[in-house]
Amino acid sequence: MAAKISDTGRSPRDRSAQGFWSRQTLIMVFMFLFLIYFILPLFWLVVSSTKTDADLFATFGLWFGDSFNLFTNIHSVFTRDGGVYREWLWNTAYYAICSAAGSAFIATLAGYTFAKFRFPGRNVIFSMVLGSILIPLTALAVPTYLLLNNIGLINTPLAVILPSLVNPFGVYLMRIYTEQSLPDELLDAARVDGANELRIFFSVVLRIVAPGFVTVLLFSFVGTWNNYFLPLLVLSKPDFYPLTVGLASWNSLASGGGGSQILFSIVLTGSLIAIIPLMTAFLLLQRYWESGLTFGGVKA
Amino acid sequence: MQSNTTVQVDRRRGGGSPTRRRGIGRRFLQSVGLPYLFLSPYLVLFAVFFIVPLLYALHLSLYVTRLVGGTTFVGADNYKQVFQDSNFWEGVRRMFFFGIFQVPIMLGLALAFGLLLDGGSVRFKTLFRLGFFLPYAIPSVVAALLWGYLYGKGFGLFDYVANWAHLPSPDFLGDSGMVPSLANIVTWQWTGYNMVIIYAALKAIPIDLYDAATVDGASGWQIARYVKLPLVLPAIMLTTIFSIIGTLQLFNEPQIMNSLAPGVIQDHYTPNLYAYNVAFTNQEFNYSAAISFVLGTVAFLASYVFMLVVSRRSAD
Repeated sequence: MAAKISDTGRSPRDRSAQGFWSRQTLIMVFMFLFLIYFILPLFWLVVSSTKTDADLFATFGLWFGDSFNLFTNIHSVFTRDGGVYREWLWNTAYYAICSAAGSAFIATLAGYTFAKFRFPGRNVIFSMVLGSILIPLTALAVPTYLLLNNIGLINTPLAVILPSLVNPFGVYLMRIYTEQSLPDELLDAARVDGANELRIFFSVVLRIVAPGFVTVLLFSFVGTWNNYFLPLLVLSKPDFYPLTVGLASWNSLASGGGGSQILFSIVLTGSLIAIIPLMTAFLLLQRYWESGLTFGGVKA
Repeated sequence: MQSNTTVQVDRRRGGGSPTRRRGIGRRFLQSVGLPYLFLSPYLVLFAVFFIVPLLYALHLSLYVTRLVGGTTFVGADNYKQVFQDSNFWEGVRRMFFFGIFQVPIMLGLALAFGLLLDGGSVRFKTLFRLGFFLPYAIPSVVAALLWGYLYGKGFGLFDYVANWAHLPSPDFLGDSGMVPSLANIVTWQWTGYNMVIIYAALKAIPIDLYDAATVDGASGWQIARYVKLPLVLPAIMLTTIFSIIGTLQLFNEPQIMNSLAPGVIQDHYTPNLYAYNVAFTNQEFNYSAAISFVLGTVAFLASYVFMLVVSRRSAD
């Protein structure tokens, strides 16, 4: 591009083309420096999980140590405390899948309703949903804990899943997405064909708003997978912990030192295993969530 | 729109009177029953896990429970105590100081990345977009313990590099280093997420707008400043509000760091940590509810004031 412009030999363009090139180099340097900033800690984590606990402290963090201990570390992660890590992994997946599928479905249904129906109370209810985004969830932590305690849900999966189903931002995103992507004519045509409303929702609406649905699904999946505060409040038995709470408990044992037998290398390898599923999901589903967010961005 | 009306008329003509009678019932069902049926899953959960806890928190905050004497109504006493509680306000001040620096840095970077990735002078765009975004997929617990290891004195990466270069060890986990260290973890985690939101808003700008500006001879910088920036202002506002709320709620990172620096991160280091410890360590649920309520109000007001200021600015 730059070469082509200078070929034409027009001096003002020429100067700007040169400036353009050097500015471009600076911009690329800027971008690569930040890429290193964002990626380096993850690289460090990968390297660290191949080390023995001794190497972890004795060798340079950004390169592999004297021994390659990854498989031993993985084995230790899965056998420590009677294999509780496997439980945590399973719990996390279970909580995240249920919360994500449930909240995306509920938010899509609600978003579609706000987008395509006129009914009394519509604006008031939608304002309340929007307003609830502004209330910090911590304001609700203690009463949520006490409520769940009263109905006997503490230390059950539902204590994590049910509150995670309320996703006001998902409702907002799905309303906008439906408004932008679903033409009224399509709904009318389906109604003329005699399809009932539930069938219209499942066979017409869901298909059209699929990218928005996947976006909400993925983000609430991440929200639940990474959630720490809620499970910390409502779960006290290690068998029910998700990875976040479990790893934090191992970490405080490891940092606490003393007689505890938890090694840093195990905490780090456990962390690495915990983040691989989500990173994979984001990379594989990139096209979906990016297009889903672009629609949301129109009015966001 | 036009064709849609014709279709409906045709149908009515063909159906005759029974359809019309059913049509009235259906219309009521369509206009009230059906929407509420579709909304009911969300509304029920919203009521149970949002409205009820909110009211319950308010209720709790007006009582005091003592070992001797049981639960008594005390009106605004808990709130009076919160307003005089230096532990609480110390946390709020710390988070305010934290946010004043961290939020503009993070959102400034997110905006810069968004504009650069949307413009023409950066290559390998997908690599940068995904690379910057990746930390968002890391649980904040893992992010905190990861950075904790990097910061650590005597074993961390920075310490190792400093030793190698014969420099004094940096004090990331000390009294004065902790706030910037926490700010760095939050920035590392959330810059990419905010970038993606801003980038999505940029992608949604119709191309015609650029064409018009380019024809008028606007430079890339001018287009960014005068065409793109005003159009993504709502997205920036949204990310700012999320960041304000997130800052005041900061909990996971300091809680994890506590095991590395127990002397620095006390039980009231952030207001949220304080509310948690008052409730679950001291078992003072009523007082904790009052703290949470005041904290919620502070966060709500901060977001509200921010929106008010921005909308007044952009109205001028």
